[in-house]
Amino acid sequence: MSTLEKTRRRGGIKNVSLFITVILFVGLFAAGSVRYDRFLSLSTFLNLFNDNAYLIIVSVGITFVLLTGGIDISVASTLAFTCVFSAFLLRLGVPAFVVIPLVLLIGLGVGALMGFLIHSYDLQPFIVTLAGQFFMRGLCAVISTESIPISDGFYKSMALGKVAFGKAKLYYYVFIALAVVALAYYVLKYTKFGRGVYAVGGGEQSAVLMGLPVARTKISVYAISGFCAALAGVVFSFYTLAGYSLQNMGLELDAISSAVIGGTLLTGGVGTVIGTMFGVLIQGVIQTIVTYQNLNTWWTKVTIAALLCVFIVIQRIIAIRAEKLKNKG
Amino acid sequence: MNSRLKKLTKCQSFWPLMVLLAILLVNGVVSGGAFFQMRIVDGHLYGRLIDILRNGSKLMLLATGMTMVLATGGTDISVGSVMAISGAIACSVVDGRILSSLGGSVTAAVLIAVLAGVLCGAWNGLLVSKIKIQPIVATMILMVAGRGIAQLITDGKIVTVNSDAYYFINGGYILGLPFPLFIVGFFVLLIMLFTKKTAFGLFVESTGCNPVSSRFAGINVDRVKLVIYTFCGAMAAIAGLIESAGIKGADCNNAGLMIEMDAILAVAIGGTSLAGGRFSIPASIVGALIIQSITTSVYAMGVAPEVTQVVKALIVVAICLAQSKKFKAAVAARLTSRKAVSAA
Repeated sequence: MSTLEKTRRRGGIKNVSLFITVILFVGLFAAGSVRYDRFLSLSTFLNLFNDNAYLIIVSVGITFVLLTGGIDISVASTLAFTCVFSAFLLRLGVPAFVVIPLVLLIGLGVGALMGFLIHSYDLQPFIVTLAGQFFMRGLCAVISTESIPISDGFYKSMALGKVAFGKAKLYYYVFIALAVVALAYYVLKYTKFGRGVYAVGGGEQSAVLMGLPVARTKISVYAISGFCAALAGVVFSFYTLAGYSLQNMGLELDAISSAVIGGTLLTGGVGTVIGTMFGVLIQGVIQTIVTYQNLNTWWTKVTIAALLCVFIVIQRIIAIRAEKLKNKG
Repeated sequence: MNSRLKKLTKCQSFWPLMVLLAILLVNGVVSGGAFFQMRIVDGHLYGRLIDILRNGSKLMLLATGMTMVLATGGTDISVGSVMAISGAIACSVVDGRILSSLGGSVTAAVLIAVLAGVLCGAWNGLLVSKIKIQPIVATMILMVAGRGIAQLITDGKIVTVNSDAYYFINGGYILGLPFPLFIVGFFVLLIMLFTKKTAFGLFVESTGCNPVSSRFAGINVDRVKLVIYTFCGAMAAIAGLIESAGIKGADCNNAGLMIEMDAILAVAIGGTSLAGGRFSIPASIVGALIIQSITTSVYAMGVAPEVTQVVKALIVVAICLAQSKKFKAAVAARLTSRKAVSAA
């Protein structure tokens, strides 16, 4: 087999994964439309974005980490901390234009610190981000264990501001999520840093030997993930207009499963943020169908876990085939 | 004398045990001795220390299973969900919601719940050993689905049970000591005998150190992993029974929530490397007790229990850094350079 053909085939694998995800999304949406009256509408589609904007942002951030072969389970706590801390500051009368940059910086800093610990001292990402999860969740409780409402004018205007398309509407904060996706796509595809992320995930040793800035890349991806989690926290506080310390328990798993369903390999090196976005949308559609069917909401979790299982097994099969191909070549 | 002391401090459980004693001492001093008080009422022992042992029993069981899993170089983050499933099944059977032909037999309920735990564990083991999925990811599937399955069993409700025999699992006393302690003692002894008196313990450590060379050495690595994950599932199921007997019902949303993190932390505090290899179950048991006494003392001081998490986070980082070769090297380099400077 010629090298060209092999590369094409390997590129094909990536596209196949994304293709399956998109087909699955369209299929689920179509199934819902056939089964339920009034399901097929622009407003159902746009509501997927309205309700999952924060999850899209978190998942994009976590995709960076997963691409390097790491994992970040602190994102849900960072998100909750951002909500609680900003609600707390706003209640004290600190203006929104100070609060938002401040919480974003905290997210960035915590992420970078975790990345530093993971890279510099060779610690397991799972354990370090677990510590981060405990730490941020604990800090939430230190600030307040009760829900703090937000009554700031800017937050309120962001919570209500929307663009209408006929009956359907898209809230302003959705554009933040879309901008994050677009920016992340650009960074991963067209910048040196982005290609470095894939290279580290493909093989850290080789990346070091190639002279890539592995340390900077690894620390940066955790910083990006932390930043995205904080940004998602800001969006989430627009969405709910409150900060509560137990918000979004287990969100990190939703984010990771979105990335996996979107075709990101957990061993690193393969995946796209567009796929991740579709992963989130698939979860959104399942949620919507479960609501329409008037089922126990826990069916959502069970279905997503089943999907996750199928996707991971497919990934394994692809990986095993690729290994065989390599051995033959 | 000196060499004996050295031998003692080298033992894996030594430092965790010292930390535990220190925590208990601090508590005793802060509370003015009230912490150590024990009373005998109706022939049963009561007191803070007994509380720690009883409430820590779930964590000790989980830590036992988790130690073995971590020793093979894996992780199991589904134990909390398995606890929820086992509690849901047991309570539903006792209550007669499912399998009503059993007539709410507590023995049958316990057996079925443990069997469910074994199946969950075997599923994890299968994904890890046969399909070769990373342990975190493989067990994440059950972690996400498990609570959903538990909810479907109980139909989304909190099932309460009314059975003294079932309450006994958590609240019972034998010889003045809480019953859960006997459960823990039984399983810890069993697994200690199994790992120390047979070659199995060695197989586990070898699998964790280097799965490939273990396979070449003739160890059936896949089977070792399968057995270990199954065992971990069973431990989680029993912990789930204790939990649900304690609240006299099955609360699928909160049973064992985040406890997987505590279990991993307990093992880490015990000094078992999270990357696999050598393990010590007694050390993990001490780790579990450390966590439980921190939790209990935070409660006793009247601080919000969530704040414990900040403390835990700092402990995790400290332990990881203490285990990290790079960190040790960096510290050593700093120290020697300082010595060199002062010598000059």
